[in-house]
Amino acid sequence: MDRIPILRMGHFLLVTIQIDLYDRLATNLETDLVQMVNKTGAKGVLIDISALSIVDSFMGRILGNIGSMSKIMDAETVVVGMQPAVAITLIELGLELKGVHTALNVEKGMTLLQEKITSYDEELLDNEDHSEQG
Amino acid sequence: MKIEKEQDVVPFRNRVKEYAVKIGMSLVNQTKLITAASELVRNMLKYANGGVVLIEAINQGRDVGIRLTFQDKGPGIKDIAMAMKDGYSTGKSLGLGLPGTKRLVNEFDIKSTVGEGTTVSIIKWKNG
Repeated sequence: MDRIPILRMGHFLLVTIQIDLYDRLATNLETDLVQMVNKTGAKGVLIDISALSIVDSFMGRILGNIGSMSKIMDAETVVVGMQPAVAITLIELGLELKGVHTALNVEKGMTLLQEKITSYDEELLDNEDHSEQG
Repeated sequence: MKIEKEQDVVPFRNRVKEYAVKIGMSLVNQTKLITAASELVRNMLKYANGGVVLIEAINQGRDVGIRLTFQDKGPGIKDIAMAMKDGYSTGKSLGLGLPGTKRLVNEFDIKSTVGEGTTVSIIKWKNG
C-alpha cells in the first residue's frame, strides 16, 4: 500500500508531501504520524506541503487533525512551504488551519519548533526553581 | 468524465488543470477552480457514490472560462438553502464544501431533486 514516508530527525518528525494526495493516503498519514509520535516520543512534527498544488477542506481537516492529535500527545506541529495561491484559496474557502503553526520554509519551521521546545523546557525549569524556593 | 472512486479524484483534478492552463488562467484562479472542483467531486463520491463531470471551455463575449457540471444520481439535497450555509453538514465534515466552493467561483448553480439526484454547475472566468 502507498504511504508517505516519515523521517525522524532528533526530537522531530519530518514529512514531505511530494504528490497530490488522494484521501486514503492522507488518512493513512494521519494515523501513521500519531503512531510515530507515540513510538518515538517526538516533540515536534514538521510537514512540508510546498509540492501540494491544492489544499481542499478535506486535506485542511487532515492537517488540523494532525495538529490537534500531536498536541495532546505533547508534540507541536508546523506546516511549511504553503504556496501563495493555496493560502488565498484556503482563506476564501473558510479554512483557517487552526491548531497548527505555519512557517515559510523548512528552515524557519525547524527554528520555530526548536523555539517552542526550548521555551517549554525553560518554563519547566522555572517551575522547578519556584518549588525549590517554596 | 466518470467519477466512481476516490482514486479518480487526482486524475480529474489534473484534467481540470489542463483545461485551465489551456485558456491561460492565472495560477490563483486555477487553484481556486481546482479546489472548488475537488470539493464538489468529493461531495459527489461521499453522498452519491460518484457521478459524471463535464468539463468545458466556454466563451461569453470577450470572456473565456471553464464550466464544470457535476451530475449524480444520489439521494438529492432536501434543503438547498440549509446546505449552502457555512458550518452546516449532514455528514461528518466541516460544512464548508458548498458555501466555500461558491466563494471560489464566479457562477454557481445547484439543482437537486430528492430521490433523483443533484446537478451542480460552476463557472470560473479566466479573469474572474
